[in-house]
Amino acid sequence: MSLDKDQVQHIAMLARLKLSDEEYAESVEKLSKIVDFVDQLSQADTTGVVPMAHPLDAAQRLRPDEVTETNDRDRYQENAAAVTDGLYLVPKVLE
Amino acid sequence: MELHRQTMTELAAGLERGDFTSVELTESLLQRIAAHNDKLNAFVTITGDEALAAAARADEARASGSDGVLNGLPIIHKDIFCTRGVKTTCGSKMLDNFISPYDATVVEKFADAGAVVLGKSNMDEFAMGSSNETSFFGPVHNPWDLECSPGGSSGGSSASVAARFAPAATGTDTGGSIRQPASLTGTVGLKPTYGRVSRYGMIAFASSLDQAGVITRSSEDAARLLGVMAGFDERDSTSIDQPVPDYLASIGDSIKGLRVGIVRQHFDKGLDEQCAARVKDAIAVLESLGATTVEVDLPNLDLSVPTYYVVAPAECSSNLSRFDGVRFGHRAENPEDLLDLYCRSRGEGFGDEVKRRVMTGAYVLSAGYYDAYYLKAQRVRQLIADDFKRAFADVDVIAGPTTPTPAFKLGDKVDDPITMYLNDIYTIGANLAGLPAMSVPCGFVNDLPVGLHLVGSHFAEETILRCGHQYQQQTDWHTACPEAFK
Repeated sequence: MSLDKDQVQHIAMLARLKLSDEEYAESVEKLSKIVDFVDQLSQADTTGVVPMAHPLDAAQRLRPDEVTETNDRDRYQENAAAVTDGLYLVPKVLE
Repeated sequence: MELHRQTMTELAAGLERGDFTSVELTESLLQRIAAHNDKLNAFVTITGDEALAAAARADEARASGSDGVLNGLPIIHKDIFCTRGVKTTCGSKMLDNFISPYDATVVEKFADAGAVVLGKSNMDEFAMGSSNETSFFGPVHNPWDLECSPGGSSGGSSASVAARFAPAATGTDTGGSIRQPASLTGTVGLKPTYGRVSRYGMIAFASSLDQAGVITRSSEDAARLLGVMAGFDERDSTSIDQPVPDYLASIGDSIKGLRVGIVRQHFDKGLDEQCAARVKDAIAVLESLGATTVEVDLPNLDLSVPTYYVVAPAECSSNLSRFDGVRFGHRAENPEDLLDLYCRSRGEGFGDEVKRRVMTGAYVLSAGYYDAYYLKAQRVRQLIADDFKRAFADVDVIAGPTTPTPAFKLGDKVDDPITMYLNDIYTIGANLAGLPAMSVPCGFVNDLPVGLHLVGSHFAEETILRCGHQYQQQTDWHTACPEAFK
């Protein structure tokens, strides 16, 4: 199944990606090829097969809800582009 | 023998005897890297000063008798492992400015064992690629032919070990990213069982498939290093709580009576004839050592690549949503609003292949397509795992080719994602089923190395390492060194 430009625009928005016009053209072509390729899965008979949840059939471990990490905010925020008073800055969300 | 030609095991013995110090060893390898890395582009960051300081500490520790099992021995970390105070880029412009505030468990374990980190190796961006061409820092070149790819995504690691920059380098393997580059560079690449090595601090691509491992020149070195890396880690929720055996204890045992599975579908189509011949020769060597061969079927082999290219992009799309231009990573200039900040930071920070996979993932997880793609793929994935389970009822190891062809030219496949994806047809199954697997050099085709792929059942690393080691006792492919790097 091939994808059209509207679909690719929708997917890019879901993925929060801004693409150039050239990137859109290329994505329509290459994503269509990928979708065609993975479409062969539809031919596999998977009647009654439970989707895999874990490659080792293991259950996800849980831990007690206890504080184990120390607060190292300043060090972690050294990698942020814009912070002030320990807060991350983003463009205004509410008018 | 010159230091750079020695394996980790040989260097450990030399340090122990006092033939040379860790500082001398580190200096000599750093000089080699400085002289030859321009040809390969194998590093994102060379940590020379830190390495020399660590080597000096290791020499002191040895003198005082408080040395770890890898004391003073050199290693290179793939730039996917967070390394405190060092740039950790994952091969991406997105993280070009990221200084990790913490160490990955793997990095911590090597440091605790006394290893000396020479640098961080180049890789495909976010480990998405099979040729190292998707790296923001440019492709890595194969030491056997500089026009060829060293494989990917752990291409900087494989090229470094093949070029004798270090006896070993860490890697990660989501669909073949340790084993395929090992095969293409004539090195040994080990991907352990899913959950055997902690993923904490290893930048996530596809969390149900990702596993850390090593690239070395001998199976013995791989066994030695796995013993250091493996083990339960409460900081990784999928880490498996099982004791770590001494992988070196049984490596010298005979493989007489070992049941080796040969997969009918491996030799059907798509495999280069000369590669097939080398692999068959290698299997004959295993037989000469007393192994018996059994034909087995993996009927859904052809579906493993399409299954992977639904599951892996879906997980990558979720994992990479953390890159929002706010907390760390690339941030677009002068955003109009929050949405524009997200979309432009990601649009500018990610390369083409990463964008493709993030979008593929967003598509297969989106409303209306989730059942047809994602759930369907997880069902087929179960069928593929069941095929392996059936095969391992009759055999101890599955042996076959690691890749369909030897190293390909840089630029040859980069424009056609599907052709690139099919390079991983023999390796992807082990990730989908969570099995341990390794590639061992088994000869040359047109002067380029090819690998023998050995897959074991869950937690049977000892068996494949023993098989690889016994094979390497009979063959010397792994000691061959590219002419320009002797």
